[in-house]
Amino acid sequence: MSAVSGEQVRPVAVGEEETSGALSRGKRWRKRYGLAAAGATIVAIWVFIAIFAPLISPYDPTAVDVTQRLLAPSWKHWLGTDVLGRDVFSRLLYGTQVSLTASFVVVILGAAIGTILGGTAAYAGGRIEQLIMRLTDLVLCFPPIILALAIAAALGIGTMNTIIAMLVVWWPKFARLAHSLVLVQRSQEYVEAAKSMGLKHKRILLRHIIPNAVGPLIVLITLDLGNAIMTFAGLSFLGLGVVPPTPEWGSMVAEGRELVQQWWVATFPGIAILTIVLGFNFLGDGVRDWLDPRSANR
Amino acid sequence: MANFIVTRLALTVVMAVLATLVIFLIANTVPGDPVLAALGDVAASNKEFVAEWRAKWGLDLPLWQRYLIFLKGVVQGDLGISIASQRPVMEDIAQFAPATLELATVAFMITLAIGIPLGIMAAVWRDTWIDHVARMVSLVGVSSPTFWLAFIMLAIFYGGLEIAPGPGRLDAIAMPPPSVTGLLLIDTIIAGDWETFRDAAAHLVLPSIVLAAATLGLITRTMRAAMLDCIEQDYVRVARAKGLVPWTVIVRHAFPNALIPVVTLGGLAYANLLTGAVMTETVFSWPGLGRYTFRSAAALDFPAIMGITLIVAFVYLLVNLLIDISYAFLDPRVRL
Repeated sequence: MSAVSGEQVRPVAVGEEETSGALSRGKRWRKRYGLAAAGATIVAIWVFIAIFAPLISPYDPTAVDVTQRLLAPSWKHWLGTDVLGRDVFSRLLYGTQVSLTASFVVVILGAAIGTILGGTAAYAGGRIEQLIMRLTDLVLCFPPIILALAIAAALGIGTMNTIIAMLVVWWPKFARLAHSLVLVQRSQEYVEAAKSMGLKHKRILLRHIIPNAVGPLIVLITLDLGNAIMTFAGLSFLGLGVVPPTPEWGSMVAEGRELVQQWWVATFPGIAILTIVLGFNFLGDGVRDWLDPRSANR
Repeated sequence: MANFIVTRLALTVVMAVLATLVIFLIANTVPGDPVLAALGDVAASNKEFVAEWRAKWGLDLPLWQRYLIFLKGVVQGDLGISIASQRPVMEDIAQFAPATLELATVAFMITLAIGIPLGIMAAVWRDTWIDHVARMVSLVGVSSPTFWLAFIMLAIFYGGLEIAPGPGRLDAIAMPPPSVTGLLLIDTIIAGDWETFRDAAAHLVLPSIVLAAATLGLITRTMRAAMLDCIEQDYVRVARAKGLVPWTVIVRHAFPNALIPVVTLGGLAYANLLTGAVMTETVFSWPGLGRYTFRSAAALDFPAIMGITLIVAFVYLLVNLLIDISYAFLDPRVRL
């Protein structure tokens, strides 16, 4: 739905006044903010669905009714029913909750841990910096999904365990980014001033340096939310992640993956993942274009 | 230059050893119980039997001793015995690697064949509909879950239209060629078996497209950005001012320089395909490393999981090393 509108409203470079000057105000707004607005709208709709899933869902997502199994989409079951006769539409709505919660927890906690570690490394320097950054390199030398898969398999199936496994592989990219951002800030005069005023290191880092370096971190967080949803769904698809019968998009695709004739079981949860990830990518792209006008040229 | 390579090489070796430690700790300090997983409830309640089993697999030794045994094994190319298949993990990996290599290589070639021209066109005709289409293709490609895309392709082209072959590397009735390289496309050519060659190629089409989809966006966008950088450079302007045909300027002057970031990124993208293979191979019943990884994880086959994670980490480290060295060759500033 939004894919089409997103294509038309790609933001244009801030420097291109000569072309945008000829456009009406509305068109210019759409060019600059349209993509991000489309992304924000998609994300907002999904967040709304996650919160109000119990009110919107026509059926209980876990209610098994074998007499109603594998029914094609109809007025009674909008997106059909699965192998156990559960309503796919209701399961899809409820599945939003797990996917969104898991990805928010992973990205926010991962970003917090990574930023604090990377920021501390850059601010402290010396041995601490060496230790933290080598640890970061070490985790980054594993492909994230494979390492998360190994950890999740070792911890056992379950939403909490999968989130832990993802966190282990998630923080390093934030640590690396925060490290480079804080390195730039550390030599600024205001840090010098804060030090000479006798502020504590912790306060300088958390209250002064990190707020100044936060722009690129926000971009990475936004783009990463989509990434986290995809990874979590992927791990669930592989049989880790949620414990059945909890509705979750990745495991719903897994349940329907051999039902080529009953295509609706696996198709719709996949479309759900696609749209929400696309939404976060639009939003992240748009946010990047605002915060870094040069990237609009890219 | 030599100094840079030696330092970089030493660092890679250190990281490789540390990687073995990480893998070992994950497999040995987490709560999941391999005894229970391998023996099942009934056998696991028999204390004598469990003790014997633990001794057989060396699970009764102290942790550091087990790590040294593990490390010694890794150095000798011994990754232990898979609990599920009862064969050396190294043998399993060697058996399944060619199928993944073949799939990933074909997928990578598709990515480059589409991504590079698409990126160039998006840069040359920037802000036109071509650019928009390229951007949408990359965004949708990056946003599609691989495992779902694999299902959709199977459902449409195999289940619906019936124009593509089903899962697997060959039809059930096809005779596999004598294994020389393990790569079916090459083995069938060596055997001169064109019918099986066509069959193998047909089976490759869908999974390689699915695998290529996620990387396509990355390559397209990198190519576009690099190309835009180059088009704005003075030497390109000079070439234009000399009156060269526009396409000659693009292909002969801008393109070779714009390719540098794509080549370095390409190495990493290729290594990433190995991860994407876990999803693709699982859906397409492709007998490669990806499906092996999935099965081992599902069966809590720790020696196999450790082995495969370690091998993939080594491949990653190696690719990163090669990228850094190639950077040093391509960009003289790195050597300073």
